[in-house]
Amino acid sequence: MDKFLDSLFLNTSRIFAITVLVVLVALFIVLFKEAKPAIDAFGLQFLTNTRWAPNMDIFGGYPAIYGSIVSTAIAMLIATPIAIGIAIFLSELASPLVAAIVGMAVELLAAIPSIIYGMWGLFYLAPILKDIWGGSGLGLATAGVVLSIMIIPFMAAITRDAMKTTPDILKESAYGMGATRWEVLKDVVIPYVKSGIIGSIILALGRAIGETMAVTFVMGNAHKVPHSLFEAATSIPVTLANEFTEADTDLYYSSLFYLALILLVISFTVIAIAKFLFLKRVQEKKI
Amino acid sequence: MTRQDRRVLTDKIITALSFIASFIGIAALFWILGVLFYKGFTALNLHTFIYDMAPPGRAESGLRNALVGQLILVAGASLIGVPVGVLAGTYLSEYGGRNGKLAKLVRDISDIMMSTPSIVIGAFVYAIVVAPMGHFSGWAGIIALAIMMIPIVLRTTDDMLQLVPGSLREAAVALGAPKYKMIIQVVYRGAKSGLVTGILLSIARIAGETAPLLFTSFSNNFFSTDLNKPIASLTVTMFNYATSPYEDWIDMGWSAALILALFVLGANITARFLIRKKKGEK
Repeated sequence: MDKFLDSLFLNTSRIFAITVLVVLVALFIVLFKEAKPAIDAFGLQFLTNTRWAPNMDIFGGYPAIYGSIVSTAIAMLIATPIAIGIAIFLSELASPLVAAIVGMAVELLAAIPSIIYGMWGLFYLAPILKDIWGGSGLGLATAGVVLSIMIIPFMAAITRDAMKTTPDILKESAYGMGATRWEVLKDVVIPYVKSGIIGSIILALGRAIGETMAVTFVMGNAHKVPHSLFEAATSIPVTLANEFTEADTDLYYSSLFYLALILLVISFTVIAIAKFLFLKRVQEKKI
Repeated sequence: MTRQDRRVLTDKIITALSFIASFIGIAALFWILGVLFYKGFTALNLHTFIYDMAPPGRAESGLRNALVGQLILVAGASLIGVPVGVLAGTYLSEYGGRNGKLAKLVRDISDIMMSTPSIVIGAFVYAIVVAPMGHFSGWAGIIALAIMMIPIVLRTTDDMLQLVPGSLREAAVALGAPKYKMIIQVVYRGAKSGLVTGILLSIARIAGETAPLLFTSFSNNFFSTDLNKPIASLTVTMFNYATSPYEDWIDMGWSAALILALFVLGANITARFLIRKKKGEK
């Protein structure tokens, strides 16, 4: 009886572990299968075609891909210095009590559902940016700002964790030789945790590029390559969120899956690079 | 200026910049929290909990059906995600070994799955569940959320079980306990608060997801607990209400946002508290 239960437990748990692999493989296969008609019809030209005209069954993915890349780039440009500043503050400058309180606040903010960032962007940030930049206040620039605010807590928290892996004894030796705080940071901490910081940034990038709800509200949803960052635009997740339930022809439906497949490939690659090239060392140290 | 002065000055400038960066980041984040609480509480009252969603302008309008729908979706996803995730994590920690081939592969793949765009998972579930069924359904929403949940539970279970000392396992085996009994009665018990924390955090994480529900569970204006039909959720309601032109719907969208945020933050704080208590005991 025990033998039977033992093998039952082992095999159930093994099957469930394998389920994760099956789901990922199925994800790629299903998306590819659904995207097949669009892949056959448009091929790789889909990536560069700027025209998206559902009424004529012409679909080009370039505006959405462009929007995804540009909004993510803006977000990274804003978020990276601020998040690293917060991480430095938390790990090197703040007193233990302040670091604990602010650190906890940052971690809690990272847990807030992204749709709330989107609502804030639409009702509070967009009107302000409209006054500053003109236009409708919606577009890639606004989306980039909202995205940056959304990923700052996440990026700051993991960068801080990476910085904390520097052994105190290394820092103390540098201080003991009369180095200033900045010198310790620049010559001891940052070289020591460089790959961890780069990995954290790339991981945050992976999160930003696939984010839907924070940007859907503020993108403006116009299917074209905008002339400026302050004009209505779109991105891959935004296109999917807005048009999926409207797809009335097979080619339309399949083109949306083509976009989803492109997004999956991009995010898979980005995350794999972050995990396997940069974060391996940090994780090994944690264990 | 001597070299020494220059070094001190650089240090001061960098320190100031880092303070400013922290201040900007934290101020923006508190601005959002402030807006959320201020707007959320303006429209929140008893009506929110006792009436269903109604056309704009109606006084008897609330979020009851969305709240119930959200609870059903999250509970359903947890009923699938928790057992599968915990058992799969158990396999990695107890049978797969730290360096086993399959265990390593599953660990890496779950890390990637955790960051997969949630809207892609929504599209995937649409293709495998909604399209064959021919209509949106609560089941599809549950499956989409469960797919997101499993890798999170799996990874925390794996980490938590590995913290249980090997000597406890050896003691149980030496007493003649079969492996499954050793795992259930010794390893799980030793890692209890860690497991609960991981599960709580994963529930908080999926509760805030909107994108995978948009075209799986869709939305429903009426009270429904039938999982074969579209079902309302707080998050999709927030999306629909916030993009509507009606003042009262928008306000109610903020109330939904506040309820959701309080739930998510509450779960996170509880989880942190559990971990801290555990550390204190040691």
